[in-house]
Amino acid sequence: MEMLYAIFAAPFIDMFSDPVFFAEVVINGLLTGIMYSLVALGFVLIFKASGVFNFAQGAMVLFAPLTLVGLMEQGVPVILALIITAAVMVLLAFLIEKFMLRHLINQEGIVLFMATIGLNFLLEGAGQIAWGSNVKKLDVGIPDQSFEWGGILLNTFDIAAAVIAAILVAVLAVFFNKTRIGRALRAVADDHQAALSVGIPLRTIWIIVWSVSGIVALVAGIMWGTKSGVQFSLTLIALKALPVLILGGFTSIPGAIVGGLIIGMGEKIAEIYWGPLFGGAIENWFAYMLALVVLLFRPQGLFGERIIERV
Amino acid sequence: MLYRETGQFKTSYASDQAIFPLVQDRWFIALVFVIAFAMVPFIANEYWLQAIIIPFLIFSLAAIGLNLLTGCAGLLSLGTGAFMAVGAYATYKITTAFPDINLLVVFIMAGLSAAAVGTLFGLPSLRIKGFYLAVATLAAQFFILWLFNKVGWFYNNNPSGSITAPPRTMFGIMISGPEATPMVRYYVSLIFLVVMGLAAKNLMRGRIGRSWMAIRDMDIAAEIIGIEPLKTKLLAFAISSFYCGVAGALFIFAWLGSAETEAFDIFVSFQVLFMIIIGGLGSILGSILGAAFITLTPIFLTNFPPMIGLPIATDLSKHLEEIIFGALIVFFLIVEPLGLARLWQIIKEKLRLWPYPY
Repeated sequence: MEMLYAIFAAPFIDMFSDPVFFAEVVINGLLTGIMYSLVALGFVLIFKASGVFNFAQGAMVLFAPLTLVGLMEQGVPVILALIITAAVMVLLAFLIEKFMLRHLINQEGIVLFMATIGLNFLLEGAGQIAWGSNVKKLDVGIPDQSFEWGGILLNTFDIAAAVIAAILVAVLAVFFNKTRIGRALRAVADDHQAALSVGIPLRTIWIIVWSVSGIVALVAGIMWGTKSGVQFSLTLIALKALPVLILGGFTSIPGAIVGGLIIGMGEKIAEIYWGPLFGGAIENWFAYMLALVVLLFRPQGLFGERIIERV
Repeated sequence: MLYRETGQFKTSYASDQAIFPLVQDRWFIALVFVIAFAMVPFIANEYWLQAIIIPFLIFSLAAIGLNLLTGCAGLLSLGTGAFMAVGAYATYKITTAFPDINLLVVFIMAGLSAAAVGTLFGLPSLRIKGFYLAVATLAAQFFILWLFNKVGWFYNNNPSGSITAPPRTMFGIMISGPEATPMVRYYVSLIFLVVMGLAAKNLMRGRIGRSWMAIRDMDIAAEIIGIEPLKTKLLAFAISSFYCGVAGALFIFAWLGSAETEAFDIFVSFQVLFMIIIGGLGSILGSILGAAFITLTPIFLTNFPPMIGLPIATDLSKHLEEIIFGALIVFFLIVEPLGLARLWQIIKEKLRLWPYPY
């Protein structure tokens, strides 16, 4: 009885007795969630356009800011370093297409998935050989101060992250829906063969998609790197993005955002109100359990395309 | 020329249904057994057994388990590490609570507990598949390890938080604990691998294995011809987890001696998945070849540069190792997406005709 009370009643009483604190938890959760969404976006872009579940996205989130920090340490100004890093990511996309994807056309999803895990190792090793494996501080000039707003403690950096994510999503939405290339991307996602037959160059499209997701990885890497230092553990963020992905659906950009928000918020609330009950550290698996429960009711995730099966 | 079936007539049902219908195959397997049982433990020194051969055997067993699930039944799982952990912790709990039970029985009970947990976490597979399922099995991976870390009962409230294999004997021979010799532990692992490998081989060509493959190829069509997806999928999870559980038990009792939950983290799951994909999905031989490739390559990469007198700083060599390992995986997938087992098959085809062109 006491146990049941502690699980089902006490946390809610806590929430209502201190609504300001609860609001703070929710808002901070949402802001963390946006950071997850940023990582998840990169996965969605590639999955949408090529059906590849790109495990190397995590390594890209490490590789991009590592390159940026490395350049900045050489005395390159921030803007220039950003441009060079973006160029490096485009070059990387080009190389990946040339040496990997081109040779794996028509293979099964799991083989492509494995290949990206191989790529993951490659990038992790290469990034750390090129720029060293110490924890590096990244500062691109985003203010990081706490301030109070209506009794809620907020951080300027988190707000900036949210704004940047919003801009990124808006740009991507316009890109996907309004431009020629965007339409071609959607055509490729729909059906490789049909797209090829109406004259859409598959290889170019792949390079574009991988470049875009490389740049998204750069943005995500900058945000995470500023927050927690550029270090090896950034690659593990990919594991945080996976539940976001399945919650939102592999093929949906809004899904990645909403999924990130739900997971971020749910995780914070669970950790603060239910965490002590289980001895803490439930953040590691809570997101997965949440996603699992959603999947039982909606197998394609919240926003994924409906899975239709035919014999 | 060397490898020809000409003149080998099947005159009885038994010979028609033999696992290895060709006499060359039987000779080859016999040779492998002789080498494994009678030569390896006497040639290899303690370091080789402990650092290379025993982990290779144990990972082969886990890879066979995952291959039954992923290769045969087409259900992608990233929870292998957790299922191995269940096996290891169950063995530890049972053998510390009841020290008199024969360790063999304990291993089987541990496998059964892993099977129960695996079935539970296999339930989502009825609704979801592919990468969605893989991510869902990650829930098992994180939740189970967290549970084993948090709840003291699982490690007997040991202050170090780790589990240690207690000394146990089987038929009068010390097979676990600090006093068990590497040779004995090698034999234990080998026997488990051989027995369970043969069982898996038979499972795959029997009714169960075929119903798994039907589910893998198209589950709706399989359902229409009368295969129950619920039973078949859960059975795949149960049997696969049984194998992983036993492998996990051996992991502690025959190899490491003592470990914490970190020994079974997500990277173990990935490693076993590598093994079956590099080795070949749906093939027992492939699981073993893949396990050999994945366990031996890093050791080779670490030891090779010093051997040819190339001094490399340790952290540089670690990263180089990662790069080469990653590149090798990509390379192998491009050259032969169906894995090492397929390469072996191609070699056999070539040997049929060799040295003639056709």
